[in-house]
Amino acid sequence: MACMSETSTQKAVANVPDAAGRFGDFGGRYVPETLTRALDELAVEYDKAKVDAQFQAELNDLLANYVGRPSPLYHAKRLSQQCGGAQIWLKREDLNHTGAHKINNTLGQALLTLRMGKRRVIAETGAGQHGVATATACAHFGLPCVVYMGEEDIRRQAPNVFSMKLLGAEVRPVTTGSRTLRDAINDAMRDWMSSVADTHYILGSVVGPHPFPRIVRDFQSVIGREAREQSQQRLGRLPDCVVACVGGGSNAAGMFYPFVEDEGVKLIGVEAGGRSSTAGDHASPLTYGSPGVLHGSFSYVMQDEDGQTCDVHSVSAGLDYPGVGPEHSYWKDTGRVAYTECRDAEAMQGFDALAKREGILPALESSHAIAKAMEVAAGMSPDAVVLVCLSGRGDKDAAEIARLRDG
Amino acid sequence: MSEIDELFTELRGGGKKAFMPFVTAGDPDLEFTTAVLRELTAAGSSMCEVGIPYSDPIADGPVIQASYTRALEKKIRLAEILKTLGELKDLSAPLVTMVSYAICHRHGLENYVAAAKQAGVAGAIVPDLLVEEADELAAICQREDFSLIQLVTPTTPRERQKRIAEKTTGFIYYVSVTGITGERTELPPQLVDNVGWLREQTDLPICIGFGISTPGHVKLLAPVADGLIVGSAIVRRICEAGSGDRDAVLRSVRDYAAGLIAALDSRS
Repeated sequence: MACMSETSTQKAVANVPDAAGRFGDFGGRYVPETLTRALDELAVEYDKAKVDAQFQAELNDLLANYVGRPSPLYHAKRLSQQCGGAQIWLKREDLNHTGAHKINNTLGQALLTLRMGKRRVIAETGAGQHGVATATACAHFGLPCVVYMGEEDIRRQAPNVFSMKLLGAEVRPVTTGSRTLRDAINDAMRDWMSSVADTHYILGSVVGPHPFPRIVRDFQSVIGREAREQSQQRLGRLPDCVVACVGGGSNAAGMFYPFVEDEGVKLIGVEAGGRSSTAGDHASPLTYGSPGVLHGSFSYVMQDEDGQTCDVHSVSAGLDYPGVGPEHSYWKDTGRVAYTECRDAEAMQGFDALAKREGILPALESSHAIAKAMEVAAGMSPDAVVLVCLSGRGDKDAAEIARLRDG
Repeated sequence: MSEIDELFTELRGGGKKAFMPFVTAGDPDLEFTTAVLRELTAAGSSMCEVGIPYSDPIADGPVIQASYTRALEKKIRLAEILKTLGELKDLSAPLVTMVSYAICHRHGLENYVAAAKQAGVAGAIVPDLLVEEADELAAICQREDFSLIQLVTPTTPRERQKRIAEKTTGFIYYVSVTGITGERTELPPQLVDNVGWLREQTDLPICIGFGISTPGHVKLLAPVADGLIVGSAIVRRICEAGSGDRDAVLRSVRDYAAGLIAALDSRS
């Protein structure tokens, strides 16, 4: 691209995206014309809701009394001891209702659905956490809900499939392509192409066409805002380093965004390193990919020389995605966030460490952030603070982990 | 004047309408694509739309998706597709590609247009490139006299339809339904009136696509359109070429196209 070099010399700012949905060069809107009107309406309605005190009050009430926010900030002392370096603190999104950060966004978007007068909701899911959170919000508001989920993910995240059904959602298996998150997004988009007049698509990550990356980041930013305030209260200062896992990147965007202009806080995004650095063995587009177009936005993606999306792999269904949100690409190119990867085996070690040292079963997705935080903390002084977004709980992964260990 | 402009000038002069079949490049292989393009042209097609297989086509229904998957499973590359199309320069019908922006962007917009033009391709339909994002590609296409065909859909507000028409060259692709590609039994009742409205706003040719598969559809839409695009109904027939008798599939595609062309020509 002609202007690729521009962002790399600029400093990352919080006042993005612009009216066209651009974060520096990234983002935008690359979708069929059929969806334009609905995306325009969504952008307009969201702008109104953002400054509507009643909307914000309703959302905040739900976050407090239905989700259980603020989520705790927890000092993982025995885990920190094991690493022998910095203090590791955890932002406990796993303690939210439905067991992950995803509910922050689905309640917000469900309120937008009602505001726009739409009567049906669709969603995609990888690990099933966004599917469960969408099914939950829809049950709460009495909206019919269809969740698209790849067959491979249905297999490895079975407990979440049961939950979605119990909550009254219809789970539609996706049998095309790699039968994972990427294909689930394709099918949800195709549903929306036909149903757009009366259906809202609750996209679960900071990906997709404008205005989704902005809306999802804003709804998830409650994580970082709380963590920032809790740090000030408990530590009397900001953390030295903040770590979060990145698939599409919603928990990381929500955690990082309120810290973007705090230059003293180092931000580390952890991608799924899978089995190896060979293409097809990992899901790390920021580490190994290149800028391209996928699912309606311009961002880093794993693609071949023709622009075809590559197959990717991660032990974690929620990170098993070839693309990433455009704001992460912006943060990468401006140097604001350091992106790195964590292999499947390391993530499993992170899982074990948190389980055995702290009595917390983390989601396999979050285990990537835990493992990287342990590595980072080990090289820092004991008065330093590493804050990790523990984005979800690991109950959903227990059976899959047992299978991988037995196999 | 591009090859497509010339085609529509000629058709309009003779009071005729364009029949535009869609085929997926490399389904089941490029040799068959060559053969089927020749058959379709011999049957009287005015222009052929060649789908460049893409891994994540969100505007496509199951039939075209599956054809893209079949082609990509054989590791088909853009360079091979364009080489094959370049060997079809003797075809009387112009060729346009249906190509995702992901592919154009990856190759570089300048490179894509140059390579397609060199292969004798007359224009491109980029189904995931909205008018707001199209300026860069439109400027290259304008300079190269390569048509950039943009789409209007039932959900496009009328003011926006006019804006799209101003930025389009070649013809306007009018999407008949709110949805993905695939054969439909019924087309929306407002379709004819809506295309009629757009017709009064622009001199550009308007071709209607998505869902069209029967002589009845053709007779309904021919009076208001400059051309009709038929995709899934043809790709579904081609699907059988992978395992069956290729000559029989070619005959079936040709007979099917000839039936629709006859309906198009006999409407008045």
